Amino acid sequence: MTSSTILKTTSLLLVTLFLIFSFFLLWRGHDEPGGGFAGGLVASSAFALYTIAFGAVGARQNLVIDSRLLIGVGMALAAISGIPSLLLGDAFATGRWADVEIADREIHIGTPLLFDIGVYLAVLGVVVTIVFALAEEED
Amino acid sequence: MDIALAVLGGFAAAAVAPLVVARAGHYGGYLLALVPLAVFAFYLSLAFGADDVAAVSWTWIDALGVDFSFRIDGLSRLFGLLISGIGAIIVVYAAGYLKGDPKLGRFYLFLLSFMGAMLGLTAADNLVTLFVFWELTSVTSYMLIGYKHEYQASRDAALQALLVTAGGGLAMLAGLVLLGIAADTQSIAEINAAGDVVRDHHLYVPILVLLLIGAATKSAQFPFHFWLPGAMEAPTPVSAYLHSATMVKAGVFLLARVNPSLGGTTEWTAALSIAGGATMLLGAYLALNQYDLKRILAYTTLSALGTLVMLLGVGTELALKGMVTFLLAHALYKGALFMMAGAVDHEAGTRDVRHLGKLARAMPITAAVAVIGALSLGGFPPLFSFIGKEVLLEATLENEWGAFWLLLAVVAVSSPLLVVAAGVIAIRPFFQAGGEPPKHPHEAPPSMWAGPGILALGSVVLGLAPVLGQGWLIEPAAQAVAGEEFEVRLALWHGFNLPLAVSAMTIAAGIVAYLFREQLRALTWPVESRVAGTVGPTRGYEGFLVGIKRGSAWQTRKLQHGRLRRYVATTALATVGLVALAAFTNGGVPLAFDVGGVHFYEWFLGALVLGGGVLTAVARNRFFAVTAVGVVGVGVALIFLVFSAPDLAMTQLLVDVLTVILFVLVFYHLPGPMLQARRGVLVRDAALSLAVGATMTLLVLGVVHADRPTDVSEFYAAAAYAEAFGRNVVNVILVDFRILDTLGEVVVLGAAALGAYALLKYRARDPEGDEQ
Repeated sequence: MTSSTILKTTSLLLVTLFLIFSFFLLWRGHDEPGGGFAGGLVASSAFALYTIAFGAVGARQNLVIDSRLLIGVGMALAAISGIPSLLLGDAFATGRWADVEIADREIHIGTPLLFDIGVYLAVLGVVVTIVFALAEEED
Repeated sequence: MDIALAVLGGFAAAAVAPLVVARAGHYGGYLLALVPLAVFAFYLSLAFGADDVAAVSWTWIDALGVDFSFRIDGLSRLFGLLISGIGAIIVVYAAGYLKGDPKLGRFYLFLLSFMGAMLGLTAADNLVTLFVFWELTSVTSYMLIGYKHEYQASRDAALQALLVTAGGGLAMLAGLVLLGIAADTQSIAEINAAGDVVRDHHLYVPILVLLLIGAATKSAQFPFHFWLPGAMEAPTPVSAYLHSATMVKAGVFLLARVNPSLGGTTEWTAALSIAGGATMLLGAYLALNQYDLKRILAYTTLSALGTLVMLLGVGTELALKGMVTFLLAHALYKGALFMMAGAVDHEAGTRDVRHLGKLARAMPITAAVAVIGALSLGGFPPLFSFIGKEVLLEATLENEWGAFWLLLAVVAVSSPLLVVAAGVIAIRPFFQAGGEPPKHPHEAPPSMWAGPGILALGSVVLGLAPVLGQGWLIEPAAQAVAGEEFEVRLALWHGFNLPLAVSAMTIAAGIVAYLFREQLRALTWPVESRVAGTVGPTRGYEGFLVGIKRGSAWQTRKLQHGRLRRYVATTALATVGLVALAAFTNGGVPLAFDVGGVHFYEWFLGALVLGGGVLTAVARNRFFAVTAVGVVGVGVALIFLVFSAPDLAMTQLLVDVLTVILFVLVFYHLPGPMLQARRGVLVRDAALSLAVGATMTLLVLGVVHADRPTDVSEFYAAAAYAEAFGRNVVNVILVDFRILDTLGEVVVLGAAALGAYALLKYRARDPEGDEQ
């Protein structure tokens, strides 16, 4: 944990920006540079920054869900995303897409997006678990 | 569909079993028994239905020709009826035997899973389907033998059974694969219908040997017999179900299943007759010096399994008829005897016959079961197993194989020994005086005598009226084993003939041997105990385990030394060596540098990366070194960007930032300033680093100059949007085209994180531990 007020203040701002940016990367990944892996890394950086500024205990509370559990949830989501195509008679993890209308806007979603969300969560869980473990030891 | 429901229903029942028991206690057992009972009814309906064979199939792995398929013929039906019928009895019996046990729900989970696995195994038509269920029986058996996991003996016995049967299962897998190749189909029905294809194939002997190892380990044939007596550590319902009536017969089932396509050759006859005969004799003998009811029964079970394998080896029409008859007879009486032994243990507190006596007065029904079971074991008329033994003798006597005198001798010696075992089981504990059991014995509850009573009754009824079982049950099963049509006619009375005479003589010899059993034991025990202690297969198994542990300890010491620098050096050296070897064998790499079209900013990026690398190497301070590494990373990211790979650039940059953060966090835990290595070490490390750098350079040059297919990138560029609706080709490859790779990587990443976490926490909790 740092005693620097400047770092604490700016990091709060940056963490928010980082997280929003990570969602943005995740969402647009299928068409533009980005994706679950990059998004997960950006989100991890946000939590790493927070950890440096405020310590692992605070960061852990802000994550809400246990980072180790996050790894499992991510893996499970990624694996589950392969099942719908299986039920529809295709090979495991064949991409399935649907156009959903939300508030007059047509949104294109599919199982690869679910898979990417799984990757995002797993990467976040992996990095943050290690960062917390390392940072907590020095507390 | 019905077939699949019946076969897999056991697993469904297993899944809900813990909930049922949690709600209803041991009464839940009675409820759960309805499932095997329903399966039993289904198999009965098949037996009396219009079709001789019922089949169902799903495509499983199309590319490998693997189907998830069941085909129920006469043999499957016989096994299915035994598995579900005795299964229902065992489920009820266990409710009484394990009443009040807090793990009862788990017990039913394992037991019913086992039943499902066994039904699947005996109904499977595809070789891979068969193997999957075969392995499931090994796994569930492991759970059941180790049920009392608080005890070391239970755990050891469970592990021993698993290692032996799963080891044999591996051999069998290889055999099944070869069989599928040789027959060019994986359907057992098609293989069996193909005539001499497998027998004439040049892979016939390897197939036979591998399948035999699988069958012999599962059905406890000599020299793999030793795990079965050990498995008696399991609760008695398990012993009665798995280790006498069903699972140990899986090996016999496998051999019977492939008999039409593999049987009948000289190799088959010799191997099965010898293994079976040896097991038959050995099991009957080893029962002699035992006093524990369950162990005596286990050894006589070995003997029975040997008999079945031997009959399969002889392979004549008569022998196969005898095999099926004996199989049914044995399942009936041995299941009853095991449950009887469990009832005695439950009510009197011991299974040691030396401490039991005059139980018949307190436990009349259990005593009746014991008497009927023992008479069956000894092969006395008018019980069903007498008929089985008559056919066995007849088959042995008419055997055309040269060594039939040898087989006859085996039967002639082991039958009297089984009569001795029968006497020890029934007469000693129930009718003779003496022995003080730990508990005051009284009759077992109805749940524990009803089932064995039914089985014992079956032995009597089928013995007096074998016609009740022959037409619909035994004949179709024997025909399925033989792969041809013939009639089966069983009768209690065959007239005065040679088999009857031999039978009478063996029984008479058995009674004499029983009367002089103490003398026999005094004669044999000193030799037996010495042999078992020096060269027995149990010793071999223990030696094997010790060897495995020593070997793994040695290689761990050599390879897993825990020194990070050496790991890195080993990995780097191996990479350099392998790449150099590949480059050498492929005629080298063209060393052509063409720097004509390089822009000035590309030179600058190159210099940045190179400078960062040099600074990292010469740094005397950790933070400085890590910052320099960061420079290298950023430089590489910029190069990616210049060559229009924004995805890679972004990921590279992010990884680098996080790496620096992690390094800085790690530095907190490192002691003092960086140590300076000796000059020799520095020179060595520098040489290694340069070699790695040179290798990477050569690799890149090789890739640039190699003739590589150009259509890969074009394919992805074209297919990304058309087929996967994404414009970012890199991402589409990651989450769609190569999704399984990514999934695998995510799993590896997660496992690595948990490993790192465990290591860090372990160290933190152990401040006295040495830190390196």
